[in-house]
Amino acid sequence: MKNFDLTKSTLTRRKVLKTLGAGVAAASILPRLGGIAHAATSEPIRIGFQAHRTGIGAAYGRWYSRATSAAVTRINDMGGINGREVEIITEDDGTDPKRGAEVIEKFAKQHEVDVAFGTLYSHVVYGSAPRAGELKLPYFVVSEGHHVASGKLNRYTLQPGITDVKSQVQAMAPFVADNLGKKVTMIFPDFAFGHDHRDFFTAAIEAQGGEVVESIAIPPTETSFTKYFPRIPRETEVIYHVMVGPAVLTFVKELGEFFGPNRPELFGFIDSLEAVDFASPGLEFLEGSYFWEGMARYAQADQTDIDKTYRAAVGVDNNGASISDSRDVATFSHMFGCWETLNIIKRGMETCGYQGPADRQSLIEAVEAMSDMPYSLDHPQGAKRFNGKTHQTFGHQYISQVIDGKLVVKHKTSIEDGLYEDEVDYTKQSF
Amino acid sequence: MTDSKRSIILHLSFIAVLALVFFILPDYHTGNLARIMVLAIFAMGYNFLFGYTGLLSLGHALFFATGMYGLGMTMQFFDLSSGSAFIAGLICALLVSAIIGALALRTVGVAFMIITLMFSQAGYLIILYFGEYSRGDEGFIIAREARAFMGFDLSDETNRYYAALILFSICFLVIAKLVNSPFGRTLIAIRENEERAKMLGYDVAKYKLIAVIISGVVSGAAGASYALLFGYVGATFATVQYSIFPLLWVLLGGAGTTIGPFIGVLFMFYLIDLSSVVTPAYMLIAGVVLVLLTLFAPQGLAGELRKRVFKWLP
Amino acid sequence: MDFGPHLLLASLEGAVAAAILALTAIGLSIVFGVMRVVNVAHGEFYMIGAVIAWWVASIVGTHPALGFVAALVVAPLIVGMLAATADKFILQKIDYDPDRTIVATIGLLYIIQQITLMTFGPEARPVQPPFNTRLALPWFEFGENGFEMYWPWGLSITSYKLFVIFAAIAIMLALWMLMTRTKIGLIMRATQQDSDMAKAFGIPVNRVYSWVFGLGAGLAAAGAVLVVPMQQAHYLMGHDPLLLSFIVVIIGGLGSLPGTVIAAILIGMSDGIISVFFSPTLAKIIATLVVAMVLVFRPNGLMGRSN
Repeated sequence: MKNFDLTKSTLTRRKVLKTLGAGVAAASILPRLGGIAHAATSEPIRIGFQAHRTGIGAAYGRWYSRATSAAVTRINDMGGINGREVEIITEDDGTDPKRGAEVIEKFAKQHEVDVAFGTLYSHVVYGSAPRAGELKLPYFVVSEGHHVASGKLNRYTLQPGITDVKSQVQAMAPFVADNLGKKVTMIFPDFAFGHDHRDFFTAAIEAQGGEVVESIAIPPTETSFTKYFPRIPRETEVIYHVMVGPAVLTFVKELGEFFGPNRPELFGFIDSLEAVDFASPGLEFLEGSYFWEGMARYAQADQTDIDKTYRAAVGVDNNGASISDSRDVATFSHMFGCWETLNIIKRGMETCGYQGPADRQSLIEAVEAMSDMPYSLDHPQGAKRFNGKTHQTFGHQYISQVIDGKLVVKHKTSIEDGLYEDEVDYTKQSF
Repeated sequence: MTDSKRSIILHLSFIAVLALVFFILPDYHTGNLARIMVLAIFAMGYNFLFGYTGLLSLGHALFFATGMYGLGMTMQFFDLSSGSAFIAGLICALLVSAIIGALALRTVGVAFMIITLMFSQAGYLIILYFGEYSRGDEGFIIAREARAFMGFDLSDETNRYYAALILFSICFLVIAKLVNSPFGRTLIAIRENEERAKMLGYDVAKYKLIAVIISGVVSGAAGASYALLFGYVGATFATVQYSIFPLLWVLLGGAGTTIGPFIGVLFMFYLIDLSSVVTPAYMLIAGVVLVLLTLFAPQGLAGELRKRVFKWLP
Repeated sequence: MDFGPHLLLASLEGAVAAAILALTAIGLSIVFGVMRVVNVAHGEFYMIGAVIAWWVASIVGTHPALGFVAALVVAPLIVGMLAATADKFILQKIDYDPDRTIVATIGLLYIIQQITLMTFGPEARPVQPPFNTRLALPWFEFGENGFEMYWPWGLSITSYKLFVIFAAIAIMLALWMLMTRTKIGLIMRATQQDSDMAKAFGIPVNRVYSWVFGLGAGLAAAGAVLVVPMQQAHYLMGHDPLLLSFIVVIIGGLGSLPGTVIAAILIGMSDGIISVFFSPTLAKIIATLVVAMVLVFRPNGLMGRSN
């Protein structure tokens, strides 16, 4: 009995000490706590994350998830949005447009999220956007497709965190024409995305006095490519390649085997090798070739503190791979879009004093009113200029060369290089 | 009460229940039900060929996509109204299924399965090849303003639900009537013993071709409805995956039952939807459930119902 | 590229494609031929083979040839046992009912894909070939100076691709010997022709089925190990081989091993050669339709007998 009492009293004393300690700790971070404490009275902000967890986009989905949770942790550490904590609700869309639309429905009606965000593959964006519009759910995509700026979507769909393909391609063309060559052969998947590259780049290179001498659209079910390479005209100075899917390594390898020691210049979109280790067998062939990068995968010599902090937060090392597994390579040129988009959602919600779903329209208007976004930890990829009318953002692009198996940035385009005439004015559409 | 009377009452009350649950269920589930009814039309079309005629096709995605693009392209490029575009979709599905049926029916059994698969693969690639018009894998959106029928805005929750229900009911009742008609009984006779049906003097080839066409047109109707009600047309719906789905739905629900396809779609939809709440690895749960079902419900869900409870189920 | 060298290159590529097709389809040909069940998970056995090849290669390290040989032994064994287990606990329990087998193997496909996704991950991972030298090929032409030999731009093949063609031939021959010259082959053929009769003669049909199912999956895995140095291990890679295998087996004629080989050559070569004349996607469409037409005119496949 006595023993028992003793234990009890000790426990009580320990408890008291603990509580005291917590109080002191809390007091030391009072400003932050103030925000959260105020928030404790209200619900968290709920953001629906439409993720490619399974299906062909799963490698992107995994890294989009990591970038998203890192960004949310940072936002919550800074006091959340309007003092309210941010909560991410993830649903798998299976990289399928039908399931994508169903997930949007689930976000709006069952999870009752405030906004939805996150999609990469453009067919999922196309499948989901009409439903988001009907449900009046703000839908922030991180897809780099030209769908938003083309005017085919609706007032509720925005792409503020990543530049679209038309702008990327247009910004690249002068470098290709000036440094690599004027006669270009393009190789791309026979997907709408590949056709966009063909159409936009053909126009852009012609504006630079160059020409596309051949376009080779590869059927997406293909697993071997050599038989198509004889179509590359002999006069070709540059091969422009942008392939997607698990067969990209075969593509690069076979291209190397086809040309042997003397190849034309190569310019590729990093999409061909996102989530792929440059040390993979067969990729030696790419040494000296050039790539578009959305954001430099390898930490550069002049690495900024912002880049350092961003990598550490997402868990990426200086080679663009996971800190815990050097073979788990990030989708570095795309996933920053999740991070930046979440910061833009935060800023938009704070500007309009977002309270709940009733304020969704003012949130859209607040984002539409945005324009220049300076380079900061909120925008680690670089400064951006958002066009509220077309719901599309424009940023810097990077051209890197493979040197000793690593990508070294050779050229950074200006935002102006990627601007083009508006194709739509969403702000004139009704909500 | 005779079995056929029971069957009529069952079918009508099933439709009545679907009409009523709209007022009871939460929003999320009525939205899902609208989708499930449209996909169930697809499954019913498939079931007509597989469950009643005994022909296993792996090419039905093409019929679904034909209806979908038949409607979508005519609305996009010829500005047809939704009603006429829907009929255009049906006509396209009719033509395509007649051609494919005529060629594919020269084969039987697994060869029929493979030849339909190959035609469907070719169809998918044709959609990609004409990407300039079809926008390939990305597809295109049917503008909300165009998605109206006789003044009803089909993107509105209520209108969409009842539009889906009406289309579903028409297909459901027509197929139920058809399989009980002399024509349907002949198809079942062909399924059970083709040689015998031939000896009894039936023109088996003609019956099979008509079955393929009916199945193709119903599947095309599902595709056209999906495009019209949900506003999206895309090549994903022409991939093999969307040929395997109706087979899976029908086998799960119960092949050769009128109600089975709906049950199969409903079951599969909520299997994925609910298990994804439990774990991100929901495919694992779905896989295990499928394996268990084959072990313990060999005739599909409706088939088990028929065996255990309602012996007269059509 | 000139027409001649282009055609030669496309034919060589067609031959490699034919070898790959034969390797992936041969396992299905046996399972399908003997057991008559549609195994939707067959492509997943192929995928596991490739994943194991990557896994073994990354453990063994050192020279790529060592990992390759180890994988060639380990992968078929593991996959074969896995398949035999699945046969015993699932397919046998449902008595190989055709419809239920489809659902069960779709379930199996989901399970295998998800487990691979959770362990191996979503990336495509390469496996280094044991050897891979680029072999430039010459071309002959009558020019101004008479008969000339020259080395056209891009006309080449790799030693590993040649090896795959020979490996495919070797495996086919070995399998043919097994089926026609051994007691195991006799039992398998007896079961294929009439399983009831085989049972009456004391053949343990159920055990034969398990072995056949395991053998078929093992062959798929072996094919994957051979193919993966040219392609990559990826958790969704089983999809296309599955469809192609079905096509090859049916075009060849169900249950005919020589038919499977001929169909693989026909499909692989036509795919290569047609690509010379049309743009890539159009060539694929035409090749698919041409092969489908084989069934229209020979509904039982090239070597199939009518029932």
